[in-house]
Amino acid sequence: MTAYLLGRFVSLALSLVAASLVIFLVLEIVPGDPASFMMGINADPQAIAALRSQLGLDEPIHLRYLGWVAGLLHGDFGMSYTYRVPVADLIAERVVISLPLTLYALALSTIIAFPAGIIAAARRNSATDVAVMGATQIGVAIPNFWFAMLLVLVFSINLRIFSAGGFPGWEAGFLPAMKALTLPAVALALPQASILARVMRSSLLDTLHEDFMRSARAKGLTRSQALWRHALRNALIPVLTIVGLQFSFLLAGGIIIENVFYLPGLGRLVFQGITQRDLIVVRSVVIVLVFAVIAVTFLVDVAYAIADPRLRRHGR
Amino acid sequence: MKIYALAMSSVAVIALASGLAVIPAAAAKMDVTVGMQLEPPNLDPTGGAAAAIDEVVYANVFEGLTRFGPDGAVLPDLAQSWEISEDGLVYIFKLQSGVTFHDGSTFDAEDVKFSLDRARADESTNAQKALFAGIASVDVVDPMTVKVTLSKPNGSFLFNMAWGDAIMVAPETAADNATNPVGTGPFRFSEWVKGDHVDLVRNPNYWGAAVSLDKVTFKFISDPTAAFAAMMAGDLDAYPNFPAPENLTQFEADPRFQVLIGSTEGETILAMNNKKPPLDNIKVREAISHAIDRQAIIDGAMFGYGTPIGTHFAPHNPAYVDLTAQSAFDPDKSRALLADAGVKDLTLSLKLPPPSYARRGGEIIAAQLRDIGITTEITNVEWAQWLSDVFKAKNFDLTVISHTEPLDINIYARDDYYFQYADPDFKAIMAELDNSTDPARRTELLQAAQKKIADDYVNVYLFELAKAGVADAKLKGLWLNSPTQATDMTGVHWEE
Repeated sequence: MTAYLLGRFVSLALSLVAASLVIFLVLEIVPGDPASFMMGINADPQAIAALRSQLGLDEPIHLRYLGWVAGLLHGDFGMSYTYRVPVADLIAERVVISLPLTLYALALSTIIAFPAGIIAAARRNSATDVAVMGATQIGVAIPNFWFAMLLVLVFSINLRIFSAGGFPGWEAGFLPAMKALTLPAVALALPQASILARVMRSSLLDTLHEDFMRSARAKGLTRSQALWRHALRNALIPVLTIVGLQFSFLLAGGIIIENVFYLPGLGRLVFQGITQRDLIVVRSVVIVLVFAVIAVTFLVDVAYAIADPRLRRHGR
Repeated sequence: MKIYALAMSSVAVIALASGLAVIPAAAAKMDVTVGMQLEPPNLDPTGGAAAAIDEVVYANVFEGLTRFGPDGAVLPDLAQSWEISEDGLVYIFKLQSGVTFHDGSTFDAEDVKFSLDRARADESTNAQKALFAGIASVDVVDPMTVKVTLSKPNGSFLFNMAWGDAIMVAPETAADNATNPVGTGPFRFSEWVKGDHVDLVRNPNYWGAAVSLDKVTFKFISDPTAAFAAMMAGDLDAYPNFPAPENLTQFEADPRFQVLIGSTEGETILAMNNKKPPLDNIKVREAISHAIDRQAIIDGAMFGYGTPIGTHFAPHNPAYVDLTAQSAFDPDKSRALLADAGVKDLTLSLKLPPPSYARRGGEIIAAQLRDIGITTEITNVEWAQWLSDVFKAKNFDLTVISHTEPLDINIYARDDYYFQYADPDFKAIMAELDNSTDPARRTELLQAAQKKIADDYVNVYLFELAKAGVADAKLKGLWLNSPTQATDMTGVHWEE
């Protein structure tokens, strides 16, 4: 187990170094100068030059890369060019929205998908199964931003139960904040739940045909006892993989939903940073997201080991 | 059956959350929530060009010696009155008394000297540094009197001092204005939740007429669909520059809302690279000008909102000359001019920045040019890319852009400006304008300048951008027009 985890850990660190280099270089190639963007088309060239040196943009490229990485190592992400506040503060402000939203959506998705997938598998080819498969097929096909707009149309514009978007901040209280995240979480969760339910079902069906299931039934367990005690645990590995992928996707990929509901999340921070050429924000947020994805993958690997004792014994 | 269960569970979730909603007590509304498309990068109008900065703080948080009124007139602000010497070189400003900054410190002549000297210093990062270029010295006469000496007469000086870039700041707080703006205005900065909103609250110690609102929230909603939903759902009270003109008829039909259509200072042009062959040939530029049907662009790209222009000047300005006939839509003339110039099979690049006037307008322009035999290669670019590629590197043939600064015809006198019009006669007109203070002579010169650039077909002047705003029907006092980029909330109030 230790060797297995250590191996995973080294690959995590190497991925981060490689990612930091790629991110930095790609953003250097992108055309557009942050200083001239900020000063606009009527600006005095002398004022633009003064701003460039104030922002440290006139230093050589390798010094700026090393400076950035050195800062990252002790938690200093630098100062945003446009907002003029520490990038770490910006990220912290956004994470408190993006992370709860991701977890909320993931929880909804799991709560819907697990029972749906299990029931469909247990009653294969029944009317229930057909209904679940049909519903999830629709769920996969519907783009989440379109579903989000429908939700706004129904619950905000017609029923006026929810506001059309925005986030009051956690200081407004837990429930108002969660309320603001509800429609976005539902919109994000629906397609994810559909995917997850389908994976759950097919994975469970696979295990139901294994020899050990026949043995379990032979020793006298009922169908559902066998399913709960033996099949489910074995079916979980592919499901966990999908949950891990979905977490990363939701954390970084909520940008369209953030735009529909104008939530100030991480996705929108990156988007704004790119359009305003606030490159220091872009590269810092992206490296944080890369770190989150890698860390989640690591946790999923650990979860495999817990779910499947064989991985613990042999290492991998 | 499963669909039903799924639907039920989501209804349950929603019912749960909505049941917990707090219902606000009914009371006279004293606050306004205003929607904006772009979030300001910072809140210091002296350190960046973003229009969104002024849209939050101009007249609300910061004030200058003079200011723009709703009709674009230059009005006294922190300078109560002024005297101008005979030769037009010395301005003596009498300041308002009893003015304090939001941090409690007193505003006086020292602050004026500091603000102006800071803006014109070598290391200044003021985007409109040219506004201060003519100042030779700023002297404190007494705490309530400032003497500004110019190096040469400047008829636009009081106008220049009304810009957001010329607001008054305090030495103690100027460095932090980007994140914590401290001005003298009727509203104080309260909080900024980045990516979401900025809150301003009433300044109880304001020197001027008290405002009727306790709080103004500027909320940043960039997506047009989301902006529409937020207005419809009642999350916003006003959206002064509504990003989706296609939705305006829906608001007009709804008695809950009022639609405010006004003018802006945004001359939208099809800019041409005047030094790049064959666009260096005036006949080719004239041909392109006659190929463009302005009304078709206004109808097709702006849903009918916009005023055709024939030169780089705002139609609501008293000095405006209507020159649209000089470049009237006449494709036959265009073809003749092209033949005359000996230009055949012309292919031009057309680079379009993100705003819809450019992206939608560009498609229509491409079709109109195709009709006279010019092929265009459209490239959509991001703003930052437009700035580096088009504006700085001048790597373009055609581009569509709106110049939103007030009275900015003087950009045609700039050497090395992106459309590369360098004409000594035009520069001479601008030089004389700078030196004239007589209003009648100034009008003559401004009109001569308008004619000159129309005669030279420097760019194709398309239309003046309209300001299309939406607001709650009971909200009064919003600016109809946009003489400068601002959301002046000082006169805004709720109808009883």
